[in-house]
This record gives sequence, C-alpha cells and structure tokens, in this order.
Amino acid sequence: MSRVPLPEMPDRVPDQRSEARLAEIRREAAERGTVSGKGTLPVGAPFPKASSETGYYGVPLLKEPQWTKEVPLYFFVGGAAGAAAVVASAANLLTNDRDLVRDARWVAAVGGVISPALLISDLGVPSRFLNMLRVFKLQSPMNLGAWTLAAFSTFSGASAFANLLRQKFGDALPIRLVENSSGALASVTGMVLSTYTGVLIGATAIPVWNDHAVSLPHHFAASGVNSAVSILELLGHDDSRGLNLLGMAASAFEVYEGIEIEITRDRVNEPLKKGLSGTIVRTGGILSGPIPLALRVVSLITGNIKLRRAACWASLVGSLLTRFGWIQAGHASAKDHRIPLQLPEKVKEIRKSSKELAA
Amino acid sequence: MNHTEAQPTNGHRTTAFFTDSTLCIGCKACEVACKEWNQVSADGYEWSSFSYDNTTAVGHSTWRHVKFVENPTIPGEGGNAPGQLPAWGFSSDVCKHCEEAGCLEACPTGAIVRMDTGAVFVQPDVCNGCAYCVVNCPFGVVEKNEEDGRAFKCTFCSDRQNAGLKPACAQACPTESIQFGEINELRQHAEDRLTELRNKGVDDAVIYNPVDTSVKGIHAFFLLRGDPRAYNLPPQPEVPTIYQKKAWTSAAVAAGAMLGATLLAFLGDNRR
Repeated sequence: MSRVPLPEMPDRVPDQRSEARLAEIRREAAERGTVSGKGTLPVGAPFPKASSETGYYGVPLLKEPQWTKEVPLYFFVGGAAGAAAVVASAANLLTNDRDLVRDARWVAAVGGVISPALLISDLGVPSRFLNMLRVFKLQSPMNLGAWTLAAFSTFSGASAFANLLRQKFGDALPIRLVENSSGALASVTGMVLSTYTGVLIGATAIPVWNDHAVSLPHHFAASGVNSAVSILELLGHDDSRGLNLLGMAASAFEVYEGIEIEITRDRVNEPLKKGLSGTIVRTGGILSGPIPLALRVVSLITGNIKLRRAACWASLVGSLLTRFGWIQAGHASAKDHRIPLQLPEKVKEIRKSSKELAA
Repeated sequence: MNHTEAQPTNGHRTTAFFTDSTLCIGCKACEVACKEWNQVSADGYEWSSFSYDNTTAVGHSTWRHVKFVENPTIPGEGGNAPGQLPAWGFSSDVCKHCEEAGCLEACPTGAIVRMDTGAVFVQPDVCNGCAYCVVNCPFGVVEKNEEDGRAFKCTFCSDRQNAGLKPACAQACPTESIQFGEINELRQHAEDRLTELRNKGVDDAVIYNPVDTSVKGIHAFFLLRGDPRAYNLPPQPEVPTIYQKKAWTSAAVAAGAMLGATLLAFLGDNRR
C-alpha cells in the first residue's frame, strides 16, 4: 500500500496548445456525442482482479507477528539459561568440577534476570506484565511460559546465591540443600523454558510455524543446549570433556534439523529458504550445525583449543540467528495469502458452503 | 419474527451477525457508525492502489470493513466494464466471533473473554499488549495498536447489547445487509435467504460459516456470491490450539532428550 499525499491544486499556465485541445474536445463532443481519449489512470492501475487464486487482491489474510526484536532475543537468552541450569545440575551430580557448577548456575541466574526484562519490554503495556500471572491458563503457551519463567528466575537465582554462600562460608549442609534442590527445580523449569518457545510459535495460525509444531521444540532445545555449552566454554571451561560432547550432540542435531528443513519442498516452507528470512535461517543453521560440529571434531583430534573456541562463537551466533530467522519466517508466511486459502486436499473445488465442503 | 429487531439480551441470548452481501451497496455506513460509536481512530489518508477499497482489511482501527470484490472480465474496470453486466460485489467484513476462538484460547492474561451473548471481547483494562492473540487468529482480525500498545477488535458492541440495542453497524446499515439477532433464528434466516436466491437463479450464492472445522462455526456468518476465497475467507480455518497436543508432546520428548544427553555427556567425566 502506498501513501499518497493529498492532491495539490493544479498550477498550469494556459497556452495555445491547451486551449486548442479543449476546443477539439468540445467539437468532438458536439459532433459525435462522445469523446475518445486515454483519460488518466488512477494510481496503481491496471488493478488486479480478486479471485480464488489471488484471494482479496493478494491482501494478506493473516496478520503479521507484532513482536519486537526482544522476543527472538528472549528465545535465545531463555533457551541458553534453561540449558545452563540442566548442565549445572548434571555437573554437580556427576563431576567434581565445582567451577563449572558455579559458572553454569550463574549463567542460568543471569539469564533468569535478563529474560523477564526482555519479555516485559516487548509488551505494549509493560506496566501490566503481572497480568500474565493473574490467571493460570494451561491452554495458553504464553501464560504457561510466563509462569515457567517466573519460577525459573526464582530457582536459578536461589541456587546461584546459595552457591555463592557455599563458596564463601564453607560446605554447610543447609546451604548445600538449598543450592541443590533449587538447582534441581531450576533444571526442571529450565527444560520447559528451553522447549516451550517452540510450542509458543508452533501452536499458532502462522502456517510456517504450525507446520513445524513438532520439530520446533526439538530445534529450540538443541539450539539452547548449543548456546549454553558455548557460553560456558568461552567462560574458560574449554577443557571439559562433557561440554565438548554435549556441544557435538547439539550441533549434530542442528545438522539433522537443517537437512530436514532443506528436503521438505512445499509452499509452506518457502520462507525458510527464500528471501531475507530464508537467508537468516540458513545462515543460522550452518553456523550452529555443520561448522561447530566439524570444528569440534578437528579440535578433538588435533587438540587445538582455538578451533573449539571458534566453534563456540559460531554456535552462539548461529543460535541467535536461528531464533531471528524463525520469527522473520513467520512474517513472510503471514504475508503469503495463498497458504490459508489453499483448499483442503480432499476437495477439488468450492461448490456451495464450507459445510458441504467438509462433508 | 423480524430479525433486525433488537431485544434486551438479559444475559442469556446468544446473538449473531448475518451479513447478506447480496444486499450490500458498499456505502461504508457500517464502518463510519462503528468508528463513531466505538470512538476508533481514523486510518489516515492512504490509497490501496488495487481497488476502490482503500481500507484493505479489518484491523485495530477498522472493526467493520467493506470489501469491494470486482468480478468483471476486464480487471480494473470495476462496475464500469463496457459491454457486460457489472458484477461488483460488496461484503462487510467483521470479527467472526468464533465458537472456538484462537485469540481467546491464546490470551495469557485472560483479557479476552466470552460474553454471555457469545461475543469474544478484549477487555482493554486487562490487555497488556503481548500480541500473542494476533498470531492466533485464523482470520487475521485482531491487531495490536502500536501507539496504544493494546490489542483491539470488534467488541460486538457489547455495551450496546447490554442496553438492549443493536450493534452500531447493524443499526446504521441502510439496506439491512447487516442483520443482527438470535443466532439460531439468523442461521435459519440465512438458509431461507439462500433458497430464495437460488430460486431466483442466483446459483453462485453461498453461506460462509465453517462449522465443520476446528473453529466450529462463527457468530458472524456471511452470504456471498462466488468463491469465499475471493473475499479472503479461508476454506479451512483452524483454531491453533489443535496443534498444541503434538507440540507439547514434542517439547516433553525434547526436554527428556536434553536431560538425557546432558547426563550422558558428563557420565564419563572423572570425579576430581
């Protein structure tokens, strides 16, 4: 749609040519009763025709997502924080790497502070964020997400704080109990936090999203693990064998996701391959899948720690781009009127009412 | 029974809109009446560049919208195509007030509620502008007003209905194209009107009311000429909650895999 300024008053100087033309029109009208002329074409003419193929002149049927940039950023931060909480608990349970546990707890806690801030600043009326918690509504993924986030922030913060106390005042049993139990609760809510964002966009009316309702939670979980591992390794844990293995597993899964996206060829998936959104999704996929996987394998063989660090940076940037790419794909998908206007496969042509159509 | 006669709702009458497009003359009185009663802001001076319709779609500031569907063989001629009978369809679009409403299900604050008239209503004093309803409407109706921050759509003139009045658009419609009344009576009326038109030889008339989809029918149904898709009405609208079961199942599996992989990865690490 083009915004056109209000028409201005004509400002022409009459000359011999213009007056002769007017006289000609007058003569033609008098003689033939009609005047032939090109006339003026309105803006945008010739107009397209509304039809079952174009829909309503190709006007998008669905509304585009109206989320700000904070939302994909929150998907990234929340995903990494949730996975970091799981890493903290696993490392606490199975290793004696106290530094790793401490850092993972803090990554989760910091993410648990940044995430709500991002989510709140996205709202149209940020002062009403707490309205999210005035109801408990299972059928709304957004509501469940807000509750999960509130719980996660509390538990991850508590376990990080208890960890701090433990480091400072020694291994008292009550403190350890608080740290480990709140850490466990942070892991449970963290697992929801890393995966529910896939449900959040998967269970919507946007075709490219709901077409991937099953794969998105997996995709985002792998992406979250990938970024959590990378952050921890960049914080100095680049000698941890466990983190390296986990990073490899996450990257390998991202390779699988990328292949799955590339081999499905239908109209619904076009935004994942074409245009701006396609570029972002593909770049994100390559940066978080094959590149870090290859770098990690080579690093493992050669022992070159620099390659492992490069893998971390690629994973982080790739995971971030993945979330932005999927949101961008939602925009592109909403703009495509053809998908929601597609007839159900069993129906060849619309005859009467949609009631008969479905029968 | 005169269907255009409004009655006090008393809180127990399920009401509906029946928009008979064959009676619509495209005067946009409904749009104006809606904006005036509900005090909705203007859309600005914009050309659509594809039709005489410059409003293009319902949105946060357009709760009634008259679609201008040109059916001439020569595109762009509208009703002025030479040598043929002009077939210029008008249809006043509105929020469908779905039986299973995607926006209502998705709303995380409970701001979107079902009124006792069956209307789907966004409470402006509760909405916090998360914009999740926007991506959950299969008809692309509800929209966030970026300046205000909250989501808006047709209220079904719930305030007027409470006072026993017809919605503003139905009240202002000069041709009774927009009819308002009890839902079952209106459905019957729509069927009668369809039969009447068929008997007159208008055999492309259809009723749009997707009762056999997961939306389970709408409280604002339409009588149209031709394919509903030319009016941007989806043949198979689905309420997005139907995707939740598989998505949550997948999320549970993903969470399990995440936990399993993390534990496995650290299993071999030496206790130092």
